[in-house]
Amino acid sequence: MRTSVQEMIAQSKGKKNKKFIEKIIPWILLLIASVSVLTTIGIVLTLIIETITFFRRVSVFDFVFGTTWLPFSNKEELYGILPLIVGTLKVTLIAVIVAVPIGISAAIYLSEYASETVRRIVKPVLEVLAGIPTIVYGFFALTFVTPLLQTFFPEIKIFNAISPGIVVGIMIIPMIASLSEDAMSAVPRSIRDGALAMGSTKFEVAWKIIVPAALSGIIASVVLAVSRAIGETMIVSLAGGSTPKFDGDFAGSIQTMTAYIVQVSKGDAGYGTTIYYSIYAVGFTLFLFTMLMNILAQYVSKRFREEY
Amino acid sequence: MRYVEQEKVIKRMNGRLVVNTIFKGLFMAATLLALLALVVLLYRIITQGASHLSLDFLMNFASRFPEKAGIKAALIGSLWLMAVVAPTSIILGVGSAIYLEEYAKQNKLTTFIRLNISNLAGVPSVVFGLLGLTIFVRAFSLGNSILAAGFTMSLLILPVIIVASQEAIRSVPKELRDASLGMGATKWQTVVNIILPAAIPGILTGSILALSRAIGETAPLIVIGIPVIIQFLPRGVFDTFTALPIQIFDWASRPQQEFQVVAAAGIIILMIFLLIMNSIAVIIRNKFQKRY
Repeated sequence: MRTSVQEMIAQSKGKKNKKFIEKIIPWILLLIASVSVLTTIGIVLTLIIETITFFRRVSVFDFVFGTTWLPFSNKEELYGILPLIVGTLKVTLIAVIVAVPIGISAAIYLSEYASETVRRIVKPVLEVLAGIPTIVYGFFALTFVTPLLQTFFPEIKIFNAISPGIVVGIMIIPMIASLSEDAMSAVPRSIRDGALAMGSTKFEVAWKIIVPAALSGIIASVVLAVSRAIGETMIVSLAGGSTPKFDGDFAGSIQTMTAYIVQVSKGDAGYGTTIYYSIYAVGFTLFLFTMLMNILAQYVSKRFREEY
Repeated sequence: MRYVEQEKVIKRMNGRLVVNTIFKGLFMAATLLALLALVVLLYRIITQGASHLSLDFLMNFASRFPEKAGIKAALIGSLWLMAVVAPTSIILGVGSAIYLEEYAKQNKLTTFIRLNISNLAGVPSVVFGLLGLTIFVRAFSLGNSILAAGFTMSLLILPVIIVASQEAIRSVPKELRDASLGMGATKWQTVVNIILPAAIPGILTGSILALSRAIGETAPLIVIGIPVIIQFLPRGVFDTFTALPIQIFDWASRPQQEFQVVAAAGIIILMIFLLIMNSIAVIIRNKFQKRY
């Protein structure tokens, strides 16, 4: 009997230990899970604090409405962000023109026309396209797409908005195709069969039934892709140039918000200089743009979702 | 009385079928165009860079002379970077996923954490670089060390790993959980002995894909000031280093034509790296994935 009592004591001791572990584990895990929240807080605080320092030296009005970006000038430094925003929008516009028709067409093809075998081969290959590092795309834009464009349109310069725009477009095609295809596949089979039974052609089913039904998902995918294009850095750094310009010229050198941050970081701007703080102000603007797009995408996919 | 005028129907139907065929062709052409872009890209880079690939290229340090330029420091640097990123991001990611799937109550805090993760995934990588520069490089005074870069990259891919791990944990059937708890196991014992072993293939696949993103990511490294020309190998995580994508960026942005070839060769090495990692992910997925 004695041993069994001892065993029971030992067991209960073990249980106490166990109970302690069971109690502390959720808190440790919560702590780990809060790292992602801390990251967001860190990003927002970092950007805001350094941007405030920047605005002590440069007026907010000049920054938001200024049409000249000349941080490296010897005479008077000018920090008007509009040229950088225009540069970003030029590249994004071209990327959207390239990626939206191709991405949505590919999604319709994969979801409505392609056989199971074709879909199983094509989808992973498109994912490879999404997994290629952006530095590789940038190199491709600079050494292949730009010279190719120059043979057809000699007025295009070495650095321009068109070539990085096209390549950013290629980069975001898989995103649009894959997310739109998911939205189209989610439309129930019965609706498709009903339309086909009424005598519709496959194109009519796709265009008049499936696309409208999946529209919220398709729009959300495009908005997310636009957000990616706005934040894309290496392609525009390599092939876009470093000339911030406030005009509508696509053939000449431009500079985007992201490319400016890279340019300054590469040049090792001294800590504490206005230029150093300017990358945070530009980063904050960039952050606001992409955040707005992400929230818009979430809103669209929630608000306009068709439930079946 | 005829309800249907056959001729009219046939005429219209033919038109509609032609439209259908045309658009089918267009949709297919668009898909092929996307695939063609991939083929052209790979073909270009391989033909450009293959001539520079050699053992010397792997064993040499960076150089002013294109013919002598090698990738040794960048290759070793990227491996060091992975040695920091892999454990950090997987511990944080899997821990967060276990919390969200197994422990979190349905309350506002949980909703907030979930929403936050999906928003974090949409933040541009260059902004993570600014975070790393302020927090790790300056505030923690880690300088442009492997540790500072590794932590920055870990935070960047954290959302991807959390989401992949969550999916893997969610796909473990409820019966396994209930059986373990019914046998008297505690919650943590169930997590460690039942859920994690069943979810590990999914977690590993997702994590490797996330790591392969980290290895090709350039912008955050530039922002936190990782140097390019390095003539020595790092001895520990507090040393400075250089990495493959940064080295490629430097070569690609030089004006001399010869360096374009070197850059292409560097890209081939980077892509081989990625190919190996992705293959491992696919093998794990196919081999160990149990279907319940």
